[in-house]
Amino acid sequence: MTNIPETGRTPRVQIRLVVIQILVLSLLGTLGGRLWYLQIREGDEYAKEASGNHVQQVVEPAVRGSILDARGVPLADNETRLVVSASRTDLLKMKDDGKAVLTKLAAVLGMTPQEVMEKVRLCDSKTPQPCWNGSPYQPIPITDEATAKQALQIRERAEDFPGITAEPEAVRRYAAPGKANTAQVLGYLSPVTDDEITKAQDSDSPYLRSDQVGRSGLEREYDKELRGKAGVTRYEVDNLGRVIGEAEADPAQPGSNLVTSIDARVQRVAEYELNQAMKEARKTYDKNTGENYKADSGAVVVMEAKTGRVVSMASNPSYDPNAWVGGISAKDYAKLTGKNSNYPLLNRAIQGQSAPGSIFKVVPTAAAINAGYSFNGPYQCSSSYSIGGQVFKNFESKGYGPISLGRALEVSCDTVFYRLSHQEWQKDGGNKPKKNPGDWFYKTAHQFGLGKETGIDLPNEVTGRIPDRQWKQSYWKANKDAWCKYGKKGGTYAEQIAYENCLEGNKMRAGDSVNYSIGQGDTLVTPIQMAAIYGAIANGGTLYEPTVGKAIVGADGKSVQEIEPTAHGKLPMSEKTRVEIDDALAGVATRGTAAWRFGGWPQDEIPMHAKTGTAEVYGKQTTSWFATYTKDYTVIMTISQGGTGSGASGPAVRKIYNALYGVSEDGTINPKNALLPTPQKSLPKIKADGSITSPKVSKDPAKDQQISQKGTEEPDVQQLAATVATATTGNRNARRRRRARGSRRTLA
Amino acid sequence: MTGVNSFQVSGYGPERAGWTRLLARDSLARRLDWPILLAALALSGIGAILVFSATRNRTEINQGDPYYFLLRHILNTGIGFALMIGTVWLGHRTLRTAVPLLYGLSVFLILMVLTPLGSTVNGAHSWIVLGGGFSLQPSEFVKITIILGMAMLLAARVDAGDKAYPDHRTVLQALGLAAVPMLVVMLMPDLGSVMVMVIIVLGVLLASGASNRWVFGLLGAGAAGAIAGWQLHILDEYQIARFAAFANPSLDPAGVGYNTNQARIAIGSGGLTGSGLFHGSQTTGQFVPEQQTDFVFTVAGEELGFLGGGLIIVLLGVVLWRACRIARETTELYGTIVAAGIVAWFAFQAFENIGMTLGIMPVTGLPLPFVSYGGSSMFSVWVAVGLLQSIRVQRPMSA
Repeated sequence: MTNIPETGRTPRVQIRLVVIQILVLSLLGTLGGRLWYLQIREGDEYAKEASGNHVQQVVEPAVRGSILDARGVPLADNETRLVVSASRTDLLKMKDDGKAVLTKLAAVLGMTPQEVMEKVRLCDSKTPQPCWNGSPYQPIPITDEATAKQALQIRERAEDFPGITAEPEAVRRYAAPGKANTAQVLGYLSPVTDDEITKAQDSDSPYLRSDQVGRSGLEREYDKELRGKAGVTRYEVDNLGRVIGEAEADPAQPGSNLVTSIDARVQRVAEYELNQAMKEARKTYDKNTGENYKADSGAVVVMEAKTGRVVSMASNPSYDPNAWVGGISAKDYAKLTGKNSNYPLLNRAIQGQSAPGSIFKVVPTAAAINAGYSFNGPYQCSSSYSIGGQVFKNFESKGYGPISLGRALEVSCDTVFYRLSHQEWQKDGGNKPKKNPGDWFYKTAHQFGLGKETGIDLPNEVTGRIPDRQWKQSYWKANKDAWCKYGKKGGTYAEQIAYENCLEGNKMRAGDSVNYSIGQGDTLVTPIQMAAIYGAIANGGTLYEPTVGKAIVGADGKSVQEIEPTAHGKLPMSEKTRVEIDDALAGVATRGTAAWRFGGWPQDEIPMHAKTGTAEVYGKQTTSWFATYTKDYTVIMTISQGGTGSGASGPAVRKIYNALYGVSEDGTINPKNALLPTPQKSLPKIKADGSITSPKVSKDPAKDQQISQKGTEEPDVQQLAATVATATTGNRNARRRRRARGSRRTLA
Repeated sequence: MTGVNSFQVSGYGPERAGWTRLLARDSLARRLDWPILLAALALSGIGAILVFSATRNRTEINQGDPYYFLLRHILNTGIGFALMIGTVWLGHRTLRTAVPLLYGLSVFLILMVLTPLGSTVNGAHSWIVLGGGFSLQPSEFVKITIILGMAMLLAARVDAGDKAYPDHRTVLQALGLAAVPMLVVMLMPDLGSVMVMVIIVLGVLLASGASNRWVFGLLGAGAAGAIAGWQLHILDEYQIARFAAFANPSLDPAGVGYNTNQARIAIGSGGLTGSGLFHGSQTTGQFVPEQQTDFVFTVAGEELGFLGGGLIIVLLGVVLWRACRIARETTELYGTIVAAGIVAWFAFQAFENIGMTLGIMPVTGLPLPFVSYGGSSMFSVWVAVGLLQSIRVQRPMSA
């Protein structure tokens, strides 16, 4: 031991100690640098992530607005159901993850414990339905059909059911007032998808996980207005989801009500009469096919002629929209969309397209005049017209001699239009078309608004089709390979057609123009298009965009946003021509093809105009069309594979008019029985508390009308809407029965 | 053996009465390394606050008493402090004679862990539960006894003046001495502690002046061992998983990567000054696991920010800087080796602990010296401080 500081240490150790010291300092320096990087450079990023970490939101859904008929009768509203929900975060805090509580709950609700457990598990790619795909912080509904007794049991023994709540909640209800089903017009709701949430994330109305979204009909078209804004409360939570503070709360804003121009009573009558007409058609023998008419589907539109507002719109087959409430079962879904379902979800008034037959004739009439022909003619109505050996017969091979265009409409003379169209075709160059063909018959049809959507405020309207040169070309391009493969010269009829199409399907042939002139062949229209056209003839020539929505009224009745009817054009005809056609269509109802259906009609008080149509479809029975109007209303009915226009649809359309105006079978007018002699003008009143003043609708306006119009006919118990049970706050058993019946209700 | 009987400060005047001796120019108090002592005390104090912040709301582990962990941390610090005083009092040279005994005892304790007396915490079977809420982690003490044991063997002939450097045989003996407890710890398996011990052995070998061949050989063997451990599945699944998650936490954000992710979020969200003590949402929300022990640095990062986290690193730097100086300035190789071993231990353990919270090191269950809650760790680091002080006190004053 020496007092002198040690200097004799070997340099190797000294150097190594310095190395250690440097290493140690660089380690500490690394830590400091990394700390700076995380906290100062990237700090904001992590701060954001941290705040997302510990805030969870609980959503209080907004009450969806009602859909009301023109007088305020709710077609779709909400009913209060007792909803039993489980809080997942509370359950997970229990030792057995809440299994005991759920088992107890299952016993009270009369479900199996497994059913209940499945409902509260979270959805992921491996978990099949049922599962919960909402936020795990949201109470998960186990049933929305709890009885008051079950709810009481749960509430009174709250200590036995920690994390379980039984609260009344608003659930969508399609009330079917007066048995008016209105299914396809109203549409339905289903839960929002991930895609939609992502898409709408930055829009002004983002979706919430728990949202129900309108999928079709008015529910979809006016979804944004009806939905309102959900209330969101943000809670600060810890890592186990326990709430440690409330961050912010936005109260829910209830959705607005949609007032429609639908009249529930007229809707019911229209649905009922359509269904009756189809049933009648099925009893009728079709001599062409040798079997009864199938009448597989049909539609009827009642429209205000002066505004384009839809008073009723029925499509058959139909279904019960309540099947969608609370999630549709796989079985019900298959029934609505399966191959054998006949697609009751389709709204055939806007999504059903078929050849219009003779109700199309107003279009070639206007076209002929636009092409320079006179209205009065006269034109030869021969029993047939032949082009190069091909014979085009008049309907039932009748001839009427030389007549005016007006008379040709009245008696629905095909040969007059064959001839005019063929002449125009020849003028345009025939098989070797001119560079700029006149194409009056096609141009005019487009001017009538055919071949494109009417713009009705319902989603997924189809366009129909005008088979003009352009369409022929593109259609041929798309199909020629198949035609050329299948076609065979001198083969079967179908093979022969395919062969011809393969050769010259892109050309406008003489036969095409002739067929087209009477609304046959490749021409396709929708009932709503024809309603817009006939409404325009009635109202002086204005083509309106049909509307179902009439006004959007705030939940408190204060803000009223009216949906004004919008015109999208004028009919391509002079006022003189319109009056002449108008007269001719009145003649159809009094002395023409529809006269036998309007016998005894008070024509002086309520001038009736009509046009019948019977469209031929290759391989199918004929489509029945009936287009009618008065000064206030247009009624268009069609029945696929239903027979002739006046034959199948005539009586039903007349009964709808009877109901509207209070006309009895014998033609006397009784204003007391009239459902809607003039269109509903005023809007229903919605009070500040959200309650709606609406008149009472009788149990079944269709039956009332039967009695008031005739008073003898036995009501049919098996009919469509009669089984649409009025929605009740019933318990689950009652609802089960209702749904079970719903399956049979769908008519094929 | 020069130091065995020389606890008394030699050559500095006659014996004096207690308190005057303490204040005298050449007194013990004057010769203590105050920066180390104050930095260690400050770290323990900061640790107490952080542990309190992390545990005051955790009713499921603090038995309803928000001060449960705070008081115990202070108690641990107090016991550690007392152990330090005891160590200084005895002196590292006195302890040198007791090294075989201490080594034997520590190896016995870690062997006990392998018996049914041991218990598993967080996947590592490295604890002895004593009852009454107390438990022991013997691997913490083994770190000291490895340092002391190796130092004793390696320095013996050099300090005696026989040789300039320890010869190969001595080095081999020293390595054997370290290998026995390391194997046991590896069996637990407590990979973090094994890593620390490997670094300690390296530090000790470096400071002992052992041949470069040994140093590089050991480094090579360590690398080979790591690769073999990976390839031959000697490591447990969870250890590999932890490693993978460190490399890429987004691999499994709800599982292994969760710790890393949440720790990084907590620290990153702290910014320059932090969210304020007791106001860290990550800490209050208990998003970071093991926050009073292994992840205690995240509390500092979130609630005290860059300034608080930086202060901890600086304080650790002070301890390590002074410890390096002590290693360089002491006259005997024994003291140098002990001090260097402690430097290696503290430096690596601090780097690993803070590094894993910052996402630059894999997650292992190592406490942050002085700061983390935990008795065994606290006692051993304070004993180490005692050893450093003793080495400084007992070397001749450098003018």
